[in-house]
Amino acid sequence: MKIKRTPLTWFEKLYIPTLISGFKVTVSHLFRKKVTMQYPEEKWTVPEGYRGAPYLVKDSKDRTKCVSCQLCEFVCPPKAIKITPPGPEVNAARGNIEKEPKEFEINMLRCIFCGYCQEVCPEEAIFLQKDYSLTGESREEMIYNKTKLLELGGVRDSDVKKWDKKAEDAAAQSGH
Amino acid sequence: MATETTKAESKPVETVTVKVDGVTVEVPKTTPDWQGNPVPTTILQACKQVGKEIPHYCYHPKLPVSGNCRMCLVEIGMPAMGRDRKPILNEDGTPKIQKGVLPYDPSLPRGAIACATPVAPNMEIHTHSDNTKMMREAVLESLLINHPLDCPICDQAGECKLQEYSMEHGQAKSQFAETKVAKPKQVDLGPRIMLDAERCVLCTRCIRFSRDIVNDDALGIVERGSYNSIATFPGSRFENNYTLNTVDICPVGALTSKDFRFQMRVWFMKEAKSICTSCSTGCNIVVGSRENKVYRYEPRDNDAVNACWMCDEGRLNYKWVNREDRLTDCIIRERDGNQRKVEWPTLIKELSERLAKAEPGSVAIIASARASNEELYLIKLLADHFQAITDCIPRQGESDNFLVQADKNPNSNGARVLGVAFSEMGIQIARIDEGIESGKIKTLLSFGENITRVGIDDAMIGKLDLLVVSDILGSHAADKADFVLPGAAHLEKRGSFVNGKGRVQKFQKAIEAPGNARADWEWLRELVIKITGKQPADNLPGLFNEMSASVSAFNGVQWKDLGDLGVDINI
Repeated sequence: MKIKRTPLTWFEKLYIPTLISGFKVTVSHLFRKKVTMQYPEEKWTVPEGYRGAPYLVKDSKDRTKCVSCQLCEFVCPPKAIKITPPGPEVNAARGNIEKEPKEFEINMLRCIFCGYCQEVCPEEAIFLQKDYSLTGESREEMIYNKTKLLELGGVRDSDVKKWDKKAEDAAAQSGH
Repeated sequence: MATETTKAESKPVETVTVKVDGVTVEVPKTTPDWQGNPVPTTILQACKQVGKEIPHYCYHPKLPVSGNCRMCLVEIGMPAMGRDRKPILNEDGTPKIQKGVLPYDPSLPRGAIACATPVAPNMEIHTHSDNTKMMREAVLESLLINHPLDCPICDQAGECKLQEYSMEHGQAKSQFAETKVAKPKQVDLGPRIMLDAERCVLCTRCIRFSRDIVNDDALGIVERGSYNSIATFPGSRFENNYTLNTVDICPVGALTSKDFRFQMRVWFMKEAKSICTSCSTGCNIVVGSRENKVYRYEPRDNDAVNACWMCDEGRLNYKWVNREDRLTDCIIRERDGNQRKVEWPTLIKELSERLAKAEPGSVAIIASARASNEELYLIKLLADHFQAITDCIPRQGESDNFLVQADKNPNSNGARVLGVAFSEMGIQIARIDEGIESGKIKTLLSFGENITRVGIDDAMIGKLDLLVVSDILGSHAADKADFVLPGAAHLEKRGSFVNGKGRVQKFQKAIEAPGNARADWEWLRELVIKITGKQPADNLPGLFNEMSASVSAFNGVQWKDLGDLGVDINI
């Protein structure tokens, strides 16, 4: 295909006026507000609902909310999550929340921050939080274990306190 | 057996004509009940025969009918009868159908439980009518009223009838605003069973199984009304050898296996059809594994062998497969104690060179009745070449009058028909011992058995020129052997067994063998080629067919004929 080029007008051929108009743009930018952020000294505040790294959370009673149902492990598209279930030993400290993961690993190198784990979680135990810059010196370091995930995740209570309610109901009926 | 079957076939089967969802079908008048006795065909059985599934909890084909869960309610219609006991006809000549309605509200249908209502001539069964759906939804809602809905921590999730039916017939939202009944959780019923009473729908399958199948009337329902729950009788425990079957038949997550509890979610598991190796019954099983780790055995239906049951002992006998002392390296050991780890081709080459020097008649082979038929066939080819004395080591134990056999080897009959062992297994062991002592036997091949168990001690091993040990787990003999060949457990290979009653059954591979361990038939075949010059088939089905063609007892049965359920042979 042949592209038809329009020839320059005599004004354009003068060259100097267009050069001046270019400089005008450059100079005007010198007096504007600066937009460059000094990353990593300064960091972005990410908006609400941002999908950063997924971390495990605890409830206000310092209990791991995860019950090791392994739905996130099942749904995870890049297979970044690996959960070790607790096995049959009864953990009296957990009360009526009988199950909790023995180990919970997320391989942050595999994670694609899709948020499926948070969406599928029936216990509201995993949330994509605001961390977007994860670094490490080795591959092993990028596999976050349960302790690290809980530490990073912090506390997040939900409005529905189903386990507490179940425990209360059971206590109320204990003498039936 | 054969004559009986032909008799039954030659007799015309009496049938009943019924209409299922508007389609006229003929169903047999009688169908076998849980004990196999002919009883009038029920609606549920009739529908099953024509491919219509009716949801149910308490009904189980191998248990007496109880009819308590009400989930199988269906709308039925019967031909109306006149005073003259003749059907009332419509204007077009078809019989008039009368549907059952509740006496106090004739607009509501009066369903019949499909599991306990026999079919009658010209009955109309509606498995998917609006009325049937309405009844089903109501029953399911009632069963779910006090259900804890703790699927995330319930082991049954994924294979739970309550889950499945609530997806099909349930509602997304509960209408129940009151407090749910709290029942005991983590109830210790016995050494292998834990009960969560809240999840129970009181179908009594476990009670009926224990009472009628195992004759151990250990379970019952205690309390009355809202708080009724399954319990053992005071002072007794649910501890017979078949308790874990109740976990399988429990339609919900109430009865849980302590062994499998909180170990793995069922949807992650890869399933492989296999055979239990704990005794000569050869119960058909499904092996559940994930990432090369076995999590559970479950019985697989086979009416000719184990129906749908298996014993707890066999079910839990799988952990040795992941044991630390598994043999995982091919080892060649010099007499001065120096040993080197080698790869399979080197081992096969050096071993066959050493074996080639063995004089005919100076070789003894102790094989295992835990090996597959194909492996024993290859061992027999080797034995024939060396004119070797062969035998297997018997394993005797307790038997019961249900599934457990005293013979704890899964393939004793296979070893017998293939000529590796004799009717009285182990009878040649003494001769082998004697031969070693007298120096007549210079080469001992041990496949899959610990020979120290039959009195072959260090002094006797010292008298041998060559000791070859292939095994799955480490043993003293393996530490002393000149050649160590790491073998694969039955879960790690394919093959077939002949059970105590002469049924050939095949098993499939569930997991990979660890390290350098390899399916025995693969390296046995290479040894046979190197030593005898024969060329056995290079694949397992081919090997089975070859064996079947050369051993008359197998009657020419082909691998593909075995199917999932196996074939009886004359032993």
